[in-house]
Order: sequence, then C-alpha cells, then structure tokens
Amino acid sequence: MFLDVTLNLLEGFKLTILIFLITLVGALPLGLVITFGSMSKIKFIKGLTKGFVWIVRGTPLMLQIILVFYGPGLIFHTNGLGRLPAVLVAFIINYACYFSEIYRGGIESISQGQYEAGQVLGMTKTQIFFKVILMQVVKRIIPPMGNEIITLVKDTSLARVVSCVELLKAAQDIVGLKAIIWPIFYIGAFYLLFTGFLTLLFGFIEKKLNYYKG
Amino acid sequence: MAVLEVENLGKSFGGNQVLKNISFELEKGEVLAIIGSSGGGKTTLLRCLNQLTKPDSGSITVNNDVIFDSKAGKLSDSELRKKRLHFGLVFQQFNLFPQYNVFKNLTLAARLLAKENNKGKSLAELNATYAEIDKKAEDLLKKVGLTEKKTAYPCELSGGQQQRVAIARALILNPDILCFDEPTSALDPELTGEVLRVIEGLKSQDNTMIIVTHEMEFARRVASKIMFIADGVIEEIGTPEEVFEHPTSEKLKSFFNKSVEVIAGKEE
Repeated sequence: MFLDVTLNLLEGFKLTILIFLITLVGALPLGLVITFGSMSKIKFIKGLTKGFVWIVRGTPLMLQIILVFYGPGLIFHTNGLGRLPAVLVAFIINYACYFSEIYRGGIESISQGQYEAGQVLGMTKTQIFFKVILMQVVKRIIPPMGNEIITLVKDTSLARVVSCVELLKAAQDIVGLKAIIWPIFYIGAFYLLFTGFLTLLFGFIEKKLNYYKG
Repeated sequence: MAVLEVENLGKSFGGNQVLKNISFELEKGEVLAIIGSSGGGKTTLLRCLNQLTKPDSGSITVNNDVIFDSKAGKLSDSELRKKRLHFGLVFQQFNLFPQYNVFKNLTLAARLLAKENNKGKSLAELNATYAEIDKKAEDLLKKVGLTEKKTAYPCELSGGQQQRVAIARALILNPDILCFDEPTSALDPELTGEVLRVIEGLKSQDNTMIIVTHEMEFARRVASKIMFIADGVIEEIGTPEEVFEHPTSEKLKSFFNKSVEVIAGKEE
C-alpha cells in the first residue's frame, strides 16, 4: 500500500519537478528581457513593460493559468494549448515578471562608478554589463531569488487547476480513489525534501560567491 | 605642440552654470594640478574631459584629434569610446571591479580591446598580444609596488593599495593624458603618502597628467602648472611659484587664507 502510493506520488512529483525546471529555464532569461524593458529610456516601452508587470503581479497565478488554457479557445475558437504547455506558459510569464523586479533592484544597486570605470577603460555598454555588472548583480540577488524559487516549488501545485497531475493532484486523486487521507500529508515530505535541497544549493552558491565583497 | 587644447568649455546642470568658458592648453610631459574649493567645477571639468559628462559648449582636442566639439554632430558610441581612450581616469573611490583579482582588473579592458582590434587575425597572434598585455600588467604592478598582490581581490587590499591598482589599470591602456580625480580624498591620512609617491613617480617627459587635488604641498612639489578654479572660472593659471607665491586674484588669496586657517585650527 505504502509503496504503491509512493510510486504513484513519484509520478506526480516528476511533473512537479518538470514544471519547476522548465519554468526556471524560461523565466530566468525572460526576466532579464523584461528588466531591460522596464529600465528602457524609451518611455513607451518602459510604460508598456511596467503595465504588463503590474497586471501579471496583480492577478492570481491560478487565474492566469486558467486564462492561458481556456482563453485561446474561447477567443479564436481554436484548440488552444495543451494542459501542460498552458501551465508552463503561464508560469514562465508570471515568474519572469517577479524575477525582472529582483534583477532591476540588483542592477540599480550597483554604483555608477562601476559603469564609469568601464567606460573610461574603453569598454562597450555590452561588455560593461556582461563583464563588470552582471556578476555583481548575481551575487546580490541570490537571497531574494532563493525566496522566489522556493515559492515556485510550492506554486507548481496550482497546475492542478487545469488537471495537470502534479504532486498535490496525484495525492488528491489517491485520497478520492482509495478513501485514505494520509497521502495528502505525506506529500509534505516531498516538498520539504525538494525545498531543503534548494536551500542547501543556494547556501552553497552564496558561499561560492563569498570570495569577494562588494 | 600642445597635447591638449581646451577651448571655451561650458557646462550647466539645470540653471546652474558649473563651467564657464574654460580654455587652456597642456604640453606633453606637463603635470597640471587643479585646485579650488569644493563645488567650484574641478571634478566636472575632469569628467567633461573624459566624456563622462557631456559638455554643453566648446571643444576638446588631444594630439590634433578633436574629441569633442559642440558645433560638430553627435559622435557614435564607438567613436566616443575610441576618443575617450586618449584619457585615463583614476577615481576618488577607486572603482576597481570587486569580482576580479588585481591582475584581471588590470588586463580585462586591455584584452577586450586587443580582441576587438585583432579581429580576423590568427589565434596565435591574439595570444601573443595577450602575453604582451600580461607582461605589461606585471611591469605596472611592479611600478606601483604591488607585485605580491597580483592574485588578491580588491576587498583584501587597503585603500591605498586599491588606488595604486587603479592607477596601474589606467596606465595599461597608454592614455595620452592621465587624470586623477582627488585620488587621495577617500583615503585615511596615513595612506595618502604611498599613493602620492606613486603619482610623483610617474612624472616624466612622456606622461602628461591632470590632477584634481586638495593636497597643496603635493601640487606645489609635483605640478608644473597650477590651475585655480572658482565658480566655474579659471581664476588663475601658472607655474607653482606664480600661483603659490604671487597670487593675484582675490578669490585665490582668500582660498589660501582659508586653507591656512584650517591647518592652524587643526593644530590648536
């Protein structure tokens, strides 16, 4: 019984990890693009980006998943995206917006002197950003990014709203099917293991970057 | 032939005119010390020369290359970048790159430029250029007395050591004119000596330098020319003897008197 349930839950856990990983792969770079938009000197782009971030951060992620899943079909009468793709699109956009604000805070915390030092040394804007600024930003944003990424682990459970069988949905299904309650509490251990691993990982990265200050 | 010609340089921030019709020339090997009260426009002048601040009017010419002319069109980013390299700048706050060790701080920009300038050449040639840069960095570290700190990170160095690294970093690109923006103002008094000695050691027929400083003794000893700026105007410019022994403008006289008062006040 226990083994059966565990194996069933592991299937759901696989999907949880998949949503988690693909969201990160998509949202980490997309967040940077949104950051550049929100820091743009062109007012139109800046306004558009800020408005978009406001909408995405200002509405529940669950609502966004529903919108991405059902929206295209309702509006264009097409088949729309599949369940999992819809979930992934909603997650990536949502998390990219949160990441973008963390990136922006990090970038703006770097002193003007670092840019100027790069400029007087004849570096291009791109070189200054990637060779001088970015690593310093990464170091500074590790703690808030750790927070956000751990939140992402738990948010994956929202995928059940369009019947993606991730960990929580897998547990609920078992509870309904077998009329036992304990699996729903059992999955807490899965989440704890996962977030515990991430906590250690972030601690490790922070330590790795501690070879310099500033 | 003057290395640097500045004509009618002007700059305003909002309604506040920080630089008014600044004109002067500098010969190769000269050391110009710019003195004056805070807020007088010294740092702005230096920033305008380095194109970190865009002047409103006037022109700047280095070795017959017009690097800024308010009447000419706007320069492209890449042109601006090239012209900026006529100058080197040492900042008050050092501004070393904290994530790189001393050696990489020195070589980073030089290597990037070498890569850009050697486009299309073979890898062997590029590596040879890199080796030259590394050799030069070693020499410069020796010159500023920090050979043993080659692999240290900026946070492991004292302020004086950081500033000496910053000087070496500015020198590696062979600027025609090396500028210092109050290089010792952020340092503890006991650390200023080592930095000033390094700057003094750079004095030669080849190195043209502009130093914004509050260290009057140092300016008098090292500079071949002293410029006194007050309220955005060059009040006086001349040899150290002329400026320190025979100041003519009232503003300069009162500036010296105030400096003396400050020193006297400290001793009481």
